[in-house]
This record gives sequence, structure tokens and C-alpha cells, in this order.
Amino acid sequence: MTEQIIFYILAIVIAVFSILAVTSKQVVRSATYLLFVLLGTAGIYMLLNYYFLFAVQVSVYAGGIMVLFIMAIFLTHKPGIDVNPQDSWKVKSSAVLSLAGLVLCGYIILNNVTRVYRFVKGDELQMQDIGTAMMGTDKYQYLLPFEVISVLLLACIVGAILIARKDNGNDENINKLD
Amino acid sequence: MGEFLINAGGPIPMIGFQIVSLIMFFAGIYGFFTRRNLIMILISVELILNAVDINFAVFNRYLYPDQMEGLFFALFGIAIAACETAVAIAIIINVYRNFGNADVDNIKHLKG
Repeated sequence: MTEQIIFYILAIVIAVFSILAVTSKQVVRSATYLLFVLLGTAGIYMLLNYYFLFAVQVSVYAGGIMVLFIMAIFLTHKPGIDVNPQDSWKVKSSAVLSLAGLVLCGYIILNNVTRVYRFVKGDELQMQDIGTAMMGTDKYQYLLPFEVISVLLLACIVGAILIARKDNGNDENINKLD
Repeated sequence: MGEFLINAGGPIPMIGFQIVSLIMFFAGIYGFFTRRNLIMILISVELILNAVDINFAVFNRYLYPDQMEGLFFALFGIAIAACETAVAIAIIINVYRNFGNADVDNIKHLKG
């Protein structure tokens, strides 16, 4: 019973704030609503007994990405000014489009998904199991994607600095920075 | 929907999680189409990615509780979302520096 009450609260929070996040007029508000949605998602992971995923969601999404968003908003927007609205026919047509998609997918889910009501309440997923699965090279173990992700992160850091850096137009400054 | 209500009081059915993630996904799609501001488009993309991550975790937990594929897909999805956000925000800051604001309508002329 408690689980269900918590789930309903999380579901309402996620639904309401995700709709508010895409309809709000100010960017900072939109980012704050996104933060609530991400925290609600973290709560859902906890409800599913995925505590590691909960920790990753809170620290990477709600911590890291939100800080990036807020910084970018402060760098590119004046406070208190609404964003430019889109043409009204575009808003209407995309509302119709996304509602149609929602109804279609909702119909498919309600009629075709296997009725599964409970998950097996095994032991809590041990951190050691996650670690061996992430660091092993056997079947169903993920060392290669893990390393590829680390290279991807490095490439993203270098690329982001290279793109966002002020371009002075002469090579001498670049050599000095090196 | 009837079963969903009759079952109130018991454990949470899988379909509940899927409906939540469905609403989040299509809210993201709506925002992606209607927004003009680049940062708001990025926020919509984050909503879509987050909905997908919920689905991975829920399917893994309910249908294959002994395995961890969905968990790892969600983990790697979160990491890739972080990369994508960092690069996109660098691009947005560059656009702002060149055009004075961060709207998509400005970006019509390329250098080439």
C-alpha cells in the first residue's frame, strides 16, 4: 500500500512537471521543472530497488547536468524575460501530433503489454555484482562499453572546450596556452 | 485501465511505469517541436532520454530480474546524455556569442 501511494505521488509529480517544463515561458523555470522530473525519476529507480541507478541519476543528472543547464542559461539569457513564442499554427499542429502519438502508444500499451504486476523481490542488487559485470570481459559483462564511454567522455570534454573557447584568430595565443 | 484500478492496494503493475514514461516522452516531443530557444529544445531532449531510461530499468526489473542488461543500458544512456549535453551547451554558447541570442531561427547561414 505504501509503495503504491509513493508511486502515485511520483507519477503525478513527473507528469505535471514534465508538461510544465515544456510549456513554461521562462527558461529558468523550465530548467527547475526539469530538475523535479529528474528527481522523480530517481525516486522511481529507488522504487524498483535499483539503488545504484538512483545514486547515478541524482549525482549525474540532477547534480551535473542541471548545473550545466543553469550555467548556460545564466550565460545566454537576461533574467525575467520571456522566450520568443513559436508560431501558433506550429504549436497547434505539434500539440495534435504529440497527442495523437500519446493516444496511439497508450492504446498499444494498454492492450498488448503482458500484465505483469509484481517483480520478484530478491535480495538487493549487490554492488559487487554490478562491479564484476562492469569490469568483466565474459558474456553479459561490460568492460568494452565502459572503456568506450570513458574515451567518449574525454572526447566530449576536449570538444566542448574547443568549441566554446574564444577564438582570437591568431595561432600565437594557442601556442602560449599549450 | 479497469484492472489497474481494481489492483489498487497491491503491488505496482508494470503498466503504471510505462504510462508515466509515455507521458514524459510525448511531453518531450511536444517541447522539441514547439520551442524556439535552443536550451529549451535541449531540455525536451533530456525529457525524452529520461523516459527511455525508465523503460529500460522497468522492463529489466519486471521481466528479467536475474539479469542486468537494462540496468547497464540505463547507466550508459545517462553517461551519453551527459556527454551530449556538454557538447550541445558549448555549441549554444558559441551561437549566443555569434548571433546575440540562442534562438534556432538565427542559424540560417553557415560559413561554407
